[in-house]
Amino acid sequence: MDILNYDFMQRALLAAVLVGITAPAVGIYLVQRRQALMGDGIGHVAMTGVGLGFLLSTNPVWMATAVSVLGAVIMELIRWYGKTRGDIALAMLFYGGMAGGVMFINLAPGGSNANLTSYLFGSLSTVSESDVTAICVLAAFVVLVTLGLRRQLFAVSQDEEFARVTGLPVRALNLLTAVTAAVTVTVAMRVVGLLLVSALMVVPVAAAQQLSRSFAATFAIAVAIGVSVTIGGTVTSYYQDVPPGATIVLLTIGAFIVLTALATPLARRRARALAAAQGAGDPAECAIPATRGPERKVGV
Amino acid sequence: MSEPVISLRGVTAELGSRPVLRGIDLTVHRGEVVALLGANGSGKSTAIRSVIGQVPVSGGEIEIFGTPRRRFRDWKRVGYVPQRTTAAGGVPATVTEIVASGRLSRARFGVLRKADHEAVRHALELVGMADRAKDSVNALSGGQHQRVLIARALASEPELLIMDEPMAGVDLASQEVLAQTLREQVAAGTTVLLVLHELGPLEPLIDRAVVLRDGCVLHDGPPPRAVGQHALPGHDHVHPHAAHDAEPIRTGLLS
Repeated sequence: MDILNYDFMQRALLAAVLVGITAPAVGIYLVQRRQALMGDGIGHVAMTGVGLGFLLSTNPVWMATAVSVLGAVIMELIRWYGKTRGDIALAMLFYGGMAGGVMFINLAPGGSNANLTSYLFGSLSTVSESDVTAICVLAAFVVLVTLGLRRQLFAVSQDEEFARVTGLPVRALNLLTAVTAAVTVTVAMRVVGLLLVSALMVVPVAAAQQLSRSFAATFAIAVAIGVSVTIGGTVTSYYQDVPPGATIVLLTIGAFIVLTALATPLARRRARALAAAQGAGDPAECAIPATRGPERKVGV
Repeated sequence: MSEPVISLRGVTAELGSRPVLRGIDLTVHRGEVVALLGANGSGKSTAIRSVIGQVPVSGGEIEIFGTPRRRFRDWKRVGYVPQRTTAAGGVPATVTEIVASGRLSRARFGVLRKADHEAVRHALELVGMADRAKDSVNALSGGQHQRVLIARALASEPELLIMDEPMAGVDLASQEVLAQTLREQVAAGTTVLLVLHELGPLEPLIDRAVVLRDGCVLHDGPPPRAVGQHALPGHDHVHPHAAHDAEPIRTGLLS
């Protein structure tokens, strides 16, 4: 394994594994709340942070974290108070964030859109020592929140109205989810890039759902898929000259397709077993289609 | 009558700029089973949601167990069944996982102990869903979804149950199970406030009916008896006409 002899590859693999764990761990709550595209929106806002980092000559990872956390909090506030015009406000936030990033980076001395490309699509081989430190600290925060508060976050993401009556601090937990998602975006920024980060939050969860019946299993399988594809993509990009970010995302989508194909006969077998078990049970009932969701605002 | 468990005095609320509650007075005493009835848009769901704090009120006072709602923190005493057609979210979850979230009000820092898991299992037994505990809620029927939502409310062993149309979309077999569950809860001393579209199989349990129309209390007293063809089993009380002023309590009441 000569791949591990290079410092830059060690750093790249460490960053990739951390992204593989954290992105699906946060993504599962976003998917549960039907806000699958929130990560994409935060990614747009984070661009302003990257631009500011260049302009002020600070580490863009920390600056992007600060700006995307702020953006995520604003998104959550818009969700509370915005109601009817919420989607327009969100659109302005996203595109304002993107335009701000391009503007700031061109104002920075010697800066051009070329600097932005490594943040938009990821640049694993240029992950520096200080980037790795930042990524480790942020990833630790994300794991702590998503695992430590899993019951609370599950309850709030499943049914906000009910969670309020169990006395949970619903607004604080919503804010925490938004902040954690923002932190994850910046963790993943150097690996898959801001424009592809949302794929790693959503697709492993969607793939895991094909196999699982419980939330706990979905969580575990999604993280396993996340780690497999990030390692797989990083190693592939080392041996073949392909961009790691795009490789990782395409592998994730590949995993989704394979698992969906495998799951269809599995689901059929389960349904048959269930029907056999219930045969004499309650004949008056028949299953309703699972697509009937509760009335919710569709938001990002 | 003993101390009031829920008390609303002159409660007003708006959705947008439209007044939905125009000064509601409602008291539920310990051990009572009170049904909120009224046409669609009469404000019955809003009234219940103002009690739990989901809808902001613009005037009046709400007290739960004698404490003003804003300062009320003892949520483990309250079980809530929101108006839903499904218990499912965007990610698969088992029946147990859903019901366990109802126990969080009694669990410190979200850590469920042995007694908590026991309570979750017991709540599932109460609604006859113990055998489906490990199944995904996506595999359940409409009536079973409602049973899961009620088990979730019962998991905290509440003294007060607040339910918003628990019988909506529920098949007859599940209606019977739910009525039996509720009967046991009431016998054990639980106070119940529920929104109903029609009295249905719960009728013998109801102590008092409060009928709302246009955000005002129209009737507060013994549950009205269905008459004529309304009393026939299977009549679904869908009325094309609005309630008439001349005889409001007898005609459009349950529509």
